[in-house]
Amino acid sequence: MNIYVILKRTFDTEEKIAIENGKISEDGVEFIINPYDEYAVEEAIKLRDEHGGEVTVVTVGEEESDKQLRTALAMGADKAVLIDDEDVDYGDQYSTAKILAAYFEDKEVDIILGGNVAIDGASGQVGPRLAELLDMPHVTTITKLEVEGSTVKIERDVEGDLEIIETSLPVLVTAQQGLNEPRYPSLPGIMKAKKKPLEELELDDLDLDEDEVEGKTRTLEVFLPPEKQAGKVLEGEVDDQVKELVSLLRSEAKVI
Amino acid sequence: MAKKVLVLGEVRDGELRNVSYEAIATAKEISEGGEIVGVVCGESVNDIAGSMIHYGADRVLVVEDENLKTYTCDAYTQALMQVIDAESPEGIVFGHTALGKDLSPRLAAKLQSGLVSDITGIENTGGNLVYTRPIYSGKAFEKKIITDGVMFVTIRPNNISALEKDESRSGDVSKVDVTIKDLRTIVKEIVRKTTDGVDLSEAKVIVAGGRGVKSEDGFEPLKELADVLGAAVGASRGACDADYCDYSLQIGQTGKVVTPDLYIACGISGAIQHLAGMSNSKIIVAINKDPEANIFNVADYGIVGDLFDVVPKLTEEFKKVLV
Repeated sequence: MNIYVILKRTFDTEEKIAIENGKISEDGVEFIINPYDEYAVEEAIKLRDEHGGEVTVVTVGEEESDKQLRTALAMGADKAVLIDDEDVDYGDQYSTAKILAAYFEDKEVDIILGGNVAIDGASGQVGPRLAELLDMPHVTTITKLEVEGSTVKIERDVEGDLEIIETSLPVLVTAQQGLNEPRYPSLPGIMKAKKKPLEELELDDLDLDEDEVEGKTRTLEVFLPPEKQAGKVLEGEVDDQVKELVSLLRSEAKVI
Repeated sequence: MAKKVLVLGEVRDGELRNVSYEAIATAKEISEGGEIVGVVCGESVNDIAGSMIHYGADRVLVVEDENLKTYTCDAYTQALMQVIDAESPEGIVFGHTALGKDLSPRLAAKLQSGLVSDITGIENTGGNLVYTRPIYSGKAFEKKIITDGVMFVTIRPNNISALEKDESRSGDVSKVDVTIKDLRTIVKEIVRKTTDGVDLSEAKVIVAGGRGVKSEDGFEPLKELADVLGAAVGASRGACDADYCDYSLQIGQTGKVVTPDLYIACGISGAIQHLAGMSNSKIIVAINKDPEANIFNVADYGIVGDLFDVVPKLTEEFKKVLV
């Protein structure tokens, strides 16, 4: 099977967000593979181990994303591709999907896996957009995947309910939490990863012009929400506290 | 400049979802006085389509087909594309729901258009439509504009108020025929795991439990409180990882991001990943044994105590005042 994973480098979930010169500061920030993409990497490796073939992980982003690609290789992926989008103006999900589509244009693809959302921008757009550009079906937020021949059986989470879906290869799927438990890279895995191929591509290599992939949206401003002030910790007997709380919620906060 | 804007009316359990009415209010802002056209897809949805008019749509298109009974990306993409081709809208608004998230990027890609998803606010600054949306799970926000193509927007439930219902409003409700064929994905079965029908992302009140609930049974008092309040039950990652509940209940940076009017955190310590998912709730109540728990730093009201003591008493007190 020709298995591909699209993944993104994101801030670690523990990071606090600071703004400097109108931008999110990356000073001293730890980066990780977007957690939902990590499920996709794990599932891709399991698919390959079961059906044979090759797992290629692909990212669009800055040069430093090579670290996250190496981590995916250390987990067990076979090849990695980093497409540098530094020259893209106002890059957004339109841009990323278009760049990925250009990369996939001449590839034989059986399945593409990704996360259902990235924990930074959280647009959730790139997967379905890419599927459309490649004219393949997509299934989002999957929690179970089984491939038999060209038939694909999927369970997906739909706002807490479970949908059982049947489709066929080629298909693009996006991972939801619960799909699997991503493995940690083993020491031999890390050693092997250093020798696995990591290809770096520029827009030119994909016959893309910067203008063609300019975003369709612009970010005008980023800002932090007003800091939440610690409120009132009630005192006294529990029974009295409960009465006071209910009364405050009704008369002061007016939410009940 | 007046624009024609489509709103996808989303059907759940035989009714339009509240977020679809909020989407009409958003479309009103985007249209700048232009026409608002509701679109309702399903197998038999003609009877409920009219309520979109009461909430501000000028007319409604009803698209009925057996293939639209359950959402699949192929069937809905085909149906919507035929509507879009016929109507040539300049904007389309969806709820940021499972359906909206799945469908809108596909249509935006087809139309080479910009999509701003999960918006919590919209303003018109000198003719520019500026959308506000959370990033980093609400640790920060960004303001965006759409510069090219049809304006695609998905709205987060509970953030933009629906217009006042006005049953005296009238408008045309007409059927549209579409051709749907060559479906590549089939929904074989839907297993309902949510029983009470209160969806986390749309809930006005959420009662959430953390490691402090100690077991699957420990969620029972929380469920009883939720029942009294008409609330949804949620959980922290700690509770999900410990198998006290299903991952679909998880709130946080991984999991759902929620903004209810009232969030009652029971036995949740308040790790930064959890706070990212709920700290933009309007009012937060924390119940925790540990007075030093981080959750008290974001709570509007706190009770230091054992949730198994406090929560049942709270349920009884609410029962008394809510009758």
